[in-house]
Amino acid sequence: MTYVVVGAGPSGVVAAETLRKADPSVDVVLIGDEPEPPYSRMAIPYYLTGKVDETGTYLRKTDGHYDTKGIRYLEGRVASVDADAGKVALEDGSSQDYSKLLICTGASPIKPPVEGLDSPGVHHCWTLEDARQIIGVAHEGADVVLIGAGFIACIILEALVERGVNLTVVEMEDRMLPRMMDETGGEMIKRWCEKKGVSVQTGVRVTKVQYSDGAGDGHLAVDLDNGSQLPANLVVVAAGVASNTGFLGGSGVKVEDGIVVDNRLMSSVDGIYAAGDCAQGPDFSTGGWSVHAIQPTAVDHARVAALNMVGQDAPYRGSLVMNVLDTMGLVSVSYGAWEGVDEGEQSVVVDEEGFKYLRLEFLGDHIVGALSLGRTEHVGVLRGLIQNRTPLGEWKTILMANPQRYMEAYVDHSQ
Amino acid sequence: MQKSLNIDPEKCTGCLQCELACSYDNEGVFNPSKSRIKVFKFEDAGRFVPYTCTQCDEAWCMQACPVDAISLDTTTGAKVVSDTLCVGCKVCTIACPFGTVNYNSSTGKVIKCDLCEGEPACATACPTAAITYVDANWTGLDKMRAWAEKTDAGTQVSA
Ligand SMILES: Cc1cc2nc3c(=O)[nH]c(=O)nc-3n(C[C@H](O)[C@H](O)[C@H](O)COP(=O)(O)OP(=O)(O)OC[C@H]3O[C@@H](n4cnc5c(N)ncnc54)[C@H](O)[C@@H]3O)c2cc1C
Ligand code: SF4
Ligand code: SF4
Repeated sequence: MTYVVVGAGPSGVVAAETLRKADPSVDVVLIGDEPEPPYSRMAIPYYLTGKVDETGTYLRKTDGHYDTKGIRYLEGRVASVDADAGKVALEDGSSQDYSKLLICTGASPIKPPVEGLDSPGVHHCWTLEDARQIIGVAHEGADVVLIGAGFIACIILEALVERGVNLTVVEMEDRMLPRMMDETGGEMIKRWCEKKGVSVQTGVRVTKVQYSDGAGDGHLAVDLDNGSQLPANLVVVAAGVASNTGFLGGSGVKVEDGIVVDNRLMSSVDGIYAAGDCAQGPDFSTGGWSVHAIQPTAVDHARVAALNMVGQDAPYRGSLVMNVLDTMGLVSVSYGAWEGVDEGEQSVVVDEEGFKYLRLEFLGDHIVGALSLGRTEHVGVLRGLIQNRTPLGEWKTILMANPQRYMEAYVDHSQ
Repeated sequence: MQKSLNIDPEKCTGCLQCELACSYDNEGVFNPSKSRIKVFKFEDAGRFVPYTCTQCDEAWCMQACPVDAISLDTTTGAKVVSDTLCVGCKVCTIACPFGTVNYNSSTGKVIKCDLCEGEPACATACPTAAITYVDANWTGLDKMRAWAEKTDAGTQVSA
């Protein structure tokens, strides 16, 4: 038996390790296309700020980790999958047979249709190579334009600010973090950024980026649809991502927003599984199917997919969206159905001056979603309350009056 | 057999010696807000409940960490944060369904109970034996385990 895992990000690595642990007798092959040892994209912002060096981003820190674990690591890029033959073809012309295949190819950043985004000095912030390029230009005082203000963009924002650049954020939607925060939260974060000297332009589109060949870092001019123009040494594009599934053409594997999988993370083709950013898996909150491109989902998927591959019966209950973001000291968190659900109820406290906000969403007597700003203590328990669908009983009334007491509700319930 | 922290809320008087001992032992300050064990007060019921990480088997914190900064101490069974490796991304703080990993803004890293390498300061400090470090399973832990199982995003089958 040979299990082949394509893609060596967090989901690929966790899956390969789980496969190995669950079935010591099989061959496990992990194929990755990046030149570095498997690393975590999530750690890139901390590499940008100098908090860690490149090795600090590696998913596993011990030398020879994959060899020791009996995982065969292959550097290469999979070009196509022949499901009938049980073979993947690599771009270098070689091929690899598999008994079962797991696709963990993640996602790639999207380039919005704006003229000039191929110019020198325009980068995504997705890979270690991108990060090196950014470090080369984002010096103190450099003019930097960040296109996008979603979750990933906001994480990069923090790192760029720490590098001391002169930053302008341009977001075409009418608020920051449109998919992670409601209006109150998004506005609060925007106000906080402006207070800290970061210019945030929401409801504004970049129409064109022009490059003129100057000395050194080059000169960019960023045109906005409000008629203004921003000078820049660096433009960072963080305007969304799309699953990496192009090589699956002709394989029979069904793809929508991501690879369509069942609740055991198997795709439409028997013996081919998918996990992480490339998979459209069961969604805990909606009961439907979604791509949840976050680290905790990537590792959950990986574990569940691997266990099912080795023949265990491991149904998945679905991923809960969860995000935590630190915007220059203002920590925000979102969980699950924070927008609320039909026939749901809501409990909110806002302290605009103090930059604190908490919103809990209920359905019946359990919590289904939450948003929080300016709080770091015990936030994780919200995950527990949501994912356990904990019946709140008398605490429902207390939480409707004061949502901040959720931790007590849990401790009281559990002890 | 590995030991675990046995917490008996019935015996807790709310004196906060555990919080002080924990913060002093681990952070060098007498500051309950830096303690890894926390005593919850239920004023109406006159009840105090000390609460901290149970070193759960699922170890969501450890699984979710993108840079392998949380590891298993095989002697004590504790899930231990490495200050050198932690980048402060806080993903573990939202992944732990018990809310027992917390961010320490003064260091930019997270803190959680590490069982003090097998000699928990909170248990030593507790004057009423509400916190003890013992071999046996305790019911509170079983309740938390039940919580853990329900939260388990995947399955009860383990690798
Ligand atoms: C800057 C940044 C910050 C982030 N911060 C957070 C955060 O704070 N919290 C959070 O939850 N998430 C965060 N994320 C998202 C998180 O990193 C992803 O959800 C996670 O990396 C997904 O893991 P994955 O294994 O599915 O995919 P990836 O990590 O993308 O790994 C997929 C791997 O497969 C490779 N690959 C693709 N196609 C092929 C092929 N054909 N052949 C071989 N290999 C291939 C890719 O090159 C890549 O190495 C962040 C992402 C970025 C970029
Ligand atoms: S911090 Fe939470 S997830 Fe980690 S071991 Fe403790 S209880 Fe488990
Ligand atoms: S905050 Fe530190 S320990 Fe927690 S997940 Fe991030 S790097 Fe790992």
